[in-house]
Amino acid sequence: MNDTTSPVRARRSTGAIALEFLGSMNLAITLLVVIAIASVIGTVLQQNEPYTNYVMKFGPFWFEVFKALGLFDIYGAAWFLILLGFLLISTSICVWRNTPHILRDMRHYRVDVQEKSLRSFHLKAEWDTPCDRSDTAARAAALLSARGYRVRQRAQDEHVTVAAMQGAVGRLGYILSHASIVVICLGGLIDGNPPLKWQELRGEVRAETRDIPAGEVPAESTLSTDNLSFRGSISIPEGGTSSVVFLQLRDGYLVQELPFTIELEQFRVEHYPTGMPKSFESDLVIHDDDLKEPLRQTIKVNHPLIYKGYSIYQSSFGDGGSSLSMRAWSLDLPHQEPLELNSNVNRFLRLTTTRGERTLEFTDFKLYNIFPLDENDTSGKKFRNYGPSIVFKVRNPAGEALEYVNYMLPVELEGRPFFMSGMRATPSEEYRYLYLPADAAGTPQRFMALLAAAHDVKRVRSTIETQLGDMVGTDAASKEVRSTMIESITRLVALFVEQGIDGVVKHAEASVPAEQRQEAINSYVNVLQGVLGALYVDMLRSEGVDVAQGVSDADSQFFDDALNTLSMLGAYGSPFYLQLSAFEHIEASGLQIARSPGKDIVYLGCAMLMVGIFMMFYMHQRRVWIYLTPRDGGTNVLFAGSGHRNRMEFEREFHALQAELEQAVPRRAAAD
Amino acid sequence: MSVSSDYLEQEFKQPSLLKRLGWFDWLWALLTVAGTVYAHIHYVEFMDSYEVGILYGTAITLIWLGWTWKPTRQLSLVIALLSLFAIALYGSDLARGDSNFFLKYLVSSQSAIMWMSALYVMATFAYFFGMFARSDFSNRVGSALTWSATAMGFTGLMVRWRESYLISHDVGHIPVSNLYEVFILFAVITALMYLFYEGRYKSRQLGGFVLTVISAAVAFLLWYAFARGAHEIQPLVPALQSYWMKIHVPTNFIGYGGFALAAMVAVAYLLVERRPEGWLAGRLPSLEQMDDVMYKAIALGFAFFTVATVLGAMWAAEAWGGYWSWDPKETWALIVWLNYAAWLHLRLTKGWRGRPLAWWSVVGLFITLFAFLGVNMFLSGLHSYGTL
Ligand code: HEM
Repeated sequence: MNDTTSPVRARRSTGAIALEFLGSMNLAITLLVVIAIASVIGTVLQQNEPYTNYVMKFGPFWFEVFKALGLFDIYGAAWFLILLGFLLISTSICVWRNTPHILRDMRHYRVDVQEKSLRSFHLKAEWDTPCDRSDTAARAAALLSARGYRVRQRAQDEHVTVAAMQGAVGRLGYILSHASIVVICLGGLIDGNPPLKWQELRGEVRAETRDIPAGEVPAESTLSTDNLSFRGSISIPEGGTSSVVFLQLRDGYLVQELPFTIELEQFRVEHYPTGMPKSFESDLVIHDDDLKEPLRQTIKVNHPLIYKGYSIYQSSFGDGGSSLSMRAWSLDLPHQEPLELNSNVNRFLRLTTTRGERTLEFTDFKLYNIFPLDENDTSGKKFRNYGPSIVFKVRNPAGEALEYVNYMLPVELEGRPFFMSGMRATPSEEYRYLYLPADAAGTPQRFMALLAAAHDVKRVRSTIETQLGDMVGTDAASKEVRSTMIESITRLVALFVEQGIDGVVKHAEASVPAEQRQEAINSYVNVLQGVLGALYVDMLRSEGVDVAQGVSDADSQFFDDALNTLSMLGAYGSPFYLQLSAFEHIEASGLQIARSPGKDIVYLGCAMLMVGIFMMFYMHQRRVWIYLTPRDGGTNVLFAGSGHRNRMEFEREFHALQAELEQAVPRRAAAD
Repeated sequence: MSVSSDYLEQEFKQPSLLKRLGWFDWLWALLTVAGTVYAHIHYVEFMDSYEVGILYGTAITLIWLGWTWKPTRQLSLVIALLSLFAIALYGSDLARGDSNFFLKYLVSSQSAIMWMSALYVMATFAYFFGMFARSDFSNRVGSALTWSATAMGFTGLMVRWRESYLISHDVGHIPVSNLYEVFILFAVITALMYLFYEGRYKSRQLGGFVLTVISAAVAFLLWYAFARGAHEIQPLVPALQSYWMKIHVPTNFIGYGGFALAAMVAVAYLLVERRPEGWLAGRLPSLEQMDDVMYKAIALGFAFFTVATVLGAMWAAEAWGGYWSWDPKETWALIVWLNYAAWLHLRLTKGWRGRPLAWWSVVGLFITLFAFLGVNMFLSGLHSYGTL
């Protein structure tokens, strides 16, 4: 590259110095490395998350520092864009400075080269040949052009110079590839939407952070159809329409209006047997006054619809407000009459429960839940579908919420059916599951009946009385003991059904010395088993089961399961169990809509870049000269060459050429 | 003068490529064309016009490759024969993989890949032994093993492709869709690039170094298969069901292969450079030659990496709605690219050579490795495939 550096000038203006600096190789390389390093930050730190996540992760102090540095949206941060800007300027200056000289160099054969400078070449050879000058020149020129060189000759005084060159177009590679950087950046800049950034900077456009319907978003957060470039997303339920999309902006969003309306007719997901989605596609209808009739098209992942320069992509899917019918079974009441509820996903209900006001927020519905059959099974082949489920939150007046996932259908565990309900307090936890035994009819009815009976103090007390029977005498003192026992057992049962086994253990911890505690708990459990067992047998009788011959294995198994469930109920946290009884699945399609007028410019730049780079690497400009001087009736041949790139390869080529030349214009025999 | 110069030029003309071809070259072309036409006639109903174009494009590339780099003819033939053998043995029943002797121990994809793994490791030892003992024989064995391993690797991929369709039609896909499959791709592409330079420079001395990185890939592959069951063929998520995947991924791996090759040559370079008179120096190529291979490998890698990144951007535009989203994988591709752009500038415009650039290529391999593996392991993003 020594031939591209500008000659040192004696006096230079400040502008020239600045230009020199901006176009310098050192700056270019530094920029390449610095941008690479800066880009790392954005990949390590998750970008554009809700701000609260960052506060939680880094604490308020570092949050502010990072926010000021723009680290949460680094690729949009001013300092990062300035770095890119410098690279753009540097490359532009570089191209602008080198192009004229490269173009000249491509056309010049340099026939006026000086003998002295040829002698200083690294690759050169010299010999005398008996052939005469013009014959030598002709043979050399013919050989070189047969080897793909373009040749020029010049005779001056008694010398002849044959100058040859090959692969000069390769030099265009430099111009193409470096100009392409400029082109790509320009395209990217257009898509980066500078006018919008400017409006944002001046406060004319502000992100909306509240969760409100699109129609209520104020004008300063709404962008008209004049906006040239954006990329946003929208979720449309089946049968629904939209003529806006939402653009994410820092900790909020903007509403972008569209010049047409998108209707989602139908959405389809297909799954592989593993539960992995295989394909999802949306039947869209575009309504536009400019269209004679609505445009219908199905889009799927990797197959977008492009309309009026707006590209509409399938990006995700979710629930579009499926309607849900549910039965709420109270977990606190002594009688069991489930409450029928109706709602939709993304809606909520307010209920007055035994434990006060509760808001029920329905957040998701899933038609399939496919999990590996065995968690240790790595083959990934055995799967099981757990059927439909709903996800909802139960929020108390203080705003605290527990999240639940309830499966509609009983799940077989060890051959017996259970209703599964998962609970967690925060999204980062795993669900803890409650398994509620299902009765023969596949309902929670029987378990709920037992639970209600256990809540029925009168019934519990009379059961205890029957059980105690004649165990205690009839004198006054014994009566006293008897009624204390009844009272404390009744309280024990109440404690158990309200707080589960945890409550019983806590009670023991508070009232029994440590060394006798385990024993006490065991006897509590025995008593509970006895009382609840008697209640259960009563219940079976009233169901019409013949218990004269004892309780069947299945029924007694049911009781064990129910007791297990009861002991876990205390930690369940909800005043009711919600059973999904029916649903109508409504899906929503997640669409991404983008308008990027700079895309074609970027693609043009990419094409230039690829062609340019291959030209740079694989088409080398190389030159050779043959300088002929008459000597002793023959001719002295001075052969020299220089390759622009790829020294070793050119050296090989040069020696091969030299050998051929020495055949074409042979050396004068030494004896001559 | 002009008449005689035309006449002279005629005298100096070299026979053209076509005239220099021997009977085996023509047989090669004939076989390739016959196979292509057969495929066209039999499967035309399954192909759209792009795919027919790709079919013939592949044939032309194979013929050209076979003519200009002769050993690829034998390689392609062996791969084709082994793959057809396996496909014929399978018929339409995947279960034969467990019952048929040849499938079970030789050419089912998993067996072929195990053979590939073993052969590469053996080749590494053979090359190193050849270097230590200055045994040309051992080096030639290393070469032969590397060619065989590459043949088995490609066969494994081809058969895996077929197996995926035997599982079920909608599961079928080209095996470049997850980390396991691309590691095989990485091994065979890096090996092929090395073999090319080996032939070009007529020097087998660098084999041990380059095969070391391939053996490392093989070690990972085996761990990944045995500990994680990663060799099971999984269906494709919707985002990967795209034509772009088929060209984006292999192109990328030519890039990665070039960078890995350069880094291993750089290691050899640094070892020799530290003790120019040491005993290693006499056993490895000259510093200048290694420097040259290093440059060529990075240039080739950079060129293909550029194409791969552009293809990736075009795919992203179609799948995610934006050609550039600053997704971690994308960003790391940019980081790798900028890094080697800086390397090339230092070499070509500032005239840097030798030690600093050799160190830089070694560091470059780690950056590349992070882009290739680390991103999937440690960062989350839109690139959904191949989390570890
Ligand atoms: C993103 C930015 C850039 C990229 C990706 C890039 C890429 C490249 C590549 C790959 C080469 C090697 C060519 C070869 O082997 O022949 C090269 C050469 C070169 N680059 Fe850059 N470049 C960039 C920016 C710049 C800048 C800002 C300058 C100016 C200071 C510059 C000046 C040069 C020069 C002078 C050459 C040698 C060209 C020749 O001799 O043909 N490059 N560039």
